[in-house]
Amino acid sequence: MKMRKGLTWAVGLMAALILMAGFSPAQAAPVKQKNLILATTTSTQDTGLLDYIIPIFEKKTKYFVKTIAVGSGAAMAMGQKGEADALLVHSPAAEKKLVEEGYGVNRRLVMHNDFVILGPASDPAGIKGMKSATEAFKKLAATGSLFMTRADKSGTHAKEMAIWKAAGVNPEGQKWYQQTGLGMGQTLGVAAEKKAYTLSDRGTYLSMKKNLGLDILSEGDAVLLNIYHVIEVNPAKWPKVNAPAAKAFADFMVSKQVQKIIKTFGVDKYGSPLFFPDAGKKVEDLGK
Amino acid sequence: MDMILEGLKQAFYLLVTFDPEVMGITWLSLKISGTATFFSLFFGISVGTVVALTEFPGRRLVVSLINTGMGLPPVVAGLIVTIFLWRNGPLGFLEILYTPTAMIIAQSLIAAPIVTGISLASIQQLPRNLRLQILALGANRLQMVWILIKEARLPLLAAVMAGFGGVISEVGASIMVGGNIKGYSRVLTTATVMETGKGNFEIALALGFILLLLAFIINAVLTQVQQRQRPR
Repeated sequence: MKMRKGLTWAVGLMAALILMAGFSPAQAAPVKQKNLILATTTSTQDTGLLDYIIPIFEKKTKYFVKTIAVGSGAAMAMGQKGEADALLVHSPAAEKKLVEEGYGVNRRLVMHNDFVILGPASDPAGIKGMKSATEAFKKLAATGSLFMTRADKSGTHAKEMAIWKAAGVNPEGQKWYQQTGLGMGQTLGVAAEKKAYTLSDRGTYLSMKKNLGLDILSEGDAVLLNIYHVIEVNPAKWPKVNAPAAKAFADFMVSKQVQKIIKTFGVDKYGSPLFFPDAGKKVEDLGK
Repeated sequence: MDMILEGLKQAFYLLVTFDPEVMGITWLSLKISGTATFFSLFFGISVGTVVALTEFPGRRLVVSLINTGMGLPPVVAGLIVTIFLWRNGPLGFLEILYTPTAMIIAQSLIAAPIVTGISLASIQQLPRNLRLQILALGANRLQMVWILIKEARLPLLAAVMAGFGGVISEVGASIMVGGNIKGYSRVLTTATVMETGKGNFEIALALGFILLLLAFIINAVLTQVQQRQRPR
């Protein structure tokens, strides 16, 4: 009798959990066509920007946004497979390809910030203050200084590869060039521990600065611009895409209201904004 | 070291103030992993018992497969479930990707082999003569199986703990099929990963401590049940 009681107890506990799970509002899926899948980069989530503006969008439009924060590469792969409705990404070359191939439509400029070249304060390679990112990368390669790359096809990784290419250096397989395969925040942690150089978006760096021993050694070069576009996934290619929701979201991102939020977001916490609003501008005019 | 203390302090603060967001994700973690464990128990104990009590060709292969499944990496389980649940995937019409339901499915897939493997071993280690004895006393097959399961309850509760521990602490599958959506599919582990990414190490640690506390409470209850009925 005693044994049965114990077993009943355990089963009862589990059953109770299930019942509660079944009746909880969190479990109830919202009306289907109300779902919007937004595939975006980790930087927009890690900086807290999306957590701030998504609720405003949801309240305004009654859509339910499922934000999937992955690297820009993965986000665009989701768009290409029709597994996302809207993309908010920062990998311009790959974005253009996506639009040319017809998977994405209505690509619009939202905002930018910039990348910075980081390294230990001692700066063994001596790149501090260099204006040209390409020259700085050349020097890092020439001195064989330890460099951490994300190697995850993220927007940051794509930018880094573009700079290596411009510098005429192929870092793959070099002893001083190490892949973390991790997100930006974690890669910064690894670079700090190993006293290595790395490339980071300014927003993530600013939000983690207090725990790192990394300094900005080179910044301001035009090639270091980090530009975010919003793209709607083409419903002609993928009929299941929630096109009205995607359009509503893209319109919202370039609306006056959101652009104003972007302009001041992060000022209270980091002393400077994390992003600069760019809706309606041309890419060529940025950073001037 | 300071950071760990700070994390403990934060955890304490979040708990005593009943921080609504943290309470929400803790509760969701418990519901999802509890439900997944429950499903895996049904599957695991029945399959484990059947495999333990029967002889058939290829049995060793099946047992090896189950035991290998006990080490199924959560992220692989997550990837498989994601591919099936994609809009344009075979089960896309269900439209349950990035929902707590998808997380329950993925976690059940992770816990099922663990529970099956331990159930199998616990039923199999019972003395063979016990079966004959039970049947000789006039029990039918179903009654015999029920008595065997009750006989093996100590290791079976260990299976529950192992299954639950495996899924409440996994992150790879949850983040992939759940999407870590705020207030909807964010659980303790995925929130910890996110806060680590943000550089909020104290909060990440605090969430980790809350997870450990939760696991401890559940295991303490189960252990209480298990040890109370230890055969004397």
